[in-house]
Amino acid sequence: MSSTPKTNQVSSGWVNGLAYLGSGFIGFLSSLGRAAIFILSLLPAMPSALWRFELLIKQVYFAGVLSLPIILTAGLFVGMVLTLQGYNVLVDYNSAEAVGAMTALSLLRELGPVVAALLFAGRAGSAMTAEIGLMKSTEQLSALEMMAVDPNKFVFAPRFLATVIALPLLSLLFIAMGILGGYLVGVGWLGVDEGAFWSQMTSHVDWQEDAVNGIIKSIAFAFLVAIIALYQGYDAMPTSEGVSGATTRTVVHASLGVLGLDFILTALMFN
Amino acid sequence: MSRQKIVEVWVGAFVLMSLIALSVIAFKVSNYQGLQERATYEISGLFSNIGGLKVRAPVKISGVVVGRIKSIEVDAKTYQALVKMDIYQDFNQLSSDTSGVILTSGLLGDQYVGLEPGGSDELLKNGDRLELTQPALVLEELIGQFLTKFSGDTSKP
Repeated sequence: MSSTPKTNQVSSGWVNGLAYLGSGFIGFLSSLGRAAIFILSLLPAMPSALWRFELLIKQVYFAGVLSLPIILTAGLFVGMVLTLQGYNVLVDYNSAEAVGAMTALSLLRELGPVVAALLFAGRAGSAMTAEIGLMKSTEQLSALEMMAVDPNKFVFAPRFLATVIALPLLSLLFIAMGILGGYLVGVGWLGVDEGAFWSQMTSHVDWQEDAVNGIIKSIAFAFLVAIIALYQGYDAMPTSEGVSGATTRTVVHASLGVLGLDFILTALMFN
Repeated sequence: MSRQKIVEVWVGAFVLMSLIALSVIAFKVSNYQGLQERATYEISGLFSNIGGLKVRAPVKISGVVVGRIKSIEVDAKTYQALVKMDIYQDFNQLSSDTSGVILTSGLLGDQYVGLEPGGSDELLKNGDRLELTQPALVLEELIGQFLTKFSGDTSKP
């Protein structure tokens, strides 16, 4: 008789564990569903966002131009460090000239799109989530709806399009700055022959396979970051904790999403 | 200047900078040839071994690039590698007995096709096939040959 309550306790522990797992999974599924509905409701608003040119330009300014300092500085240093590290290995094989090709390939294929997207998620994505979360908590979104203005057209679609425009451009600038950094360190500091540096680069880097694939990656990352940042803002609890939590989730989810998607795209493109 | 105007100027500068970056990547960093696509004609050759030859690898005469590899496939009849090459129209004076050989740039470099023009009066035309080809030298085979020769020599009394 005395063992019955113990068994009950054990079984209720199991049941609680299962319930916890189940509720977590249902929560995950329902948030996926809400995200899907959000994206579908956003689609019809896209064309009108293109027509509201002033709103779009303003968002490109906030997302793109204001991210320039961090992107350009990071690109320069990433290129410099890549060249420095690559040179140390390649000089042992008497092929120090190939350092330019190595830097350009790493930047075009991986680091340009990925690091630019990570920095963008931290700089502009989080700002976007916080802005929309705050709009929600101060009931500005409801106010727009009250005035028969569709928030999808005025708030979400311009930001989405601005991200899709700005991030690939930022990636291009990141890559160009990285190559400039590589040139400064390789040719200016380490004394690699300038002609060989550029000619090795052009002979190894293929426009279609490396450059265009890198740009396609960047566009895919832009879609991902835009969807996550906007959805987290849209789905945030309208409290200060809710908004701060959503901002954190944007950075975490977008960064992990970019890295995961990068693996899938690399496997598809370069295998 | 109004605030909207300043924003527009900045976005314009941003887009302009990105376009410059794109053209630097296209013309200075990669082998983009979209604007300087030259007229070509196609020739092909059967090789018993292509080694590590890849599509878009260069075709050279005396070290000068005269074309690119268009495609590599297995010939259904001979089961040899059928390599199709696009040769620039400027080099349309190649004799019909031109031979092709797969070479390696440097010891560990990429492989390319080297053409050796012959002495025939007839010229190669679009769609022609090279009669004389020489396969790639595969390092493992060379070492294998060397080893068999070496062991053969020592076994002799």
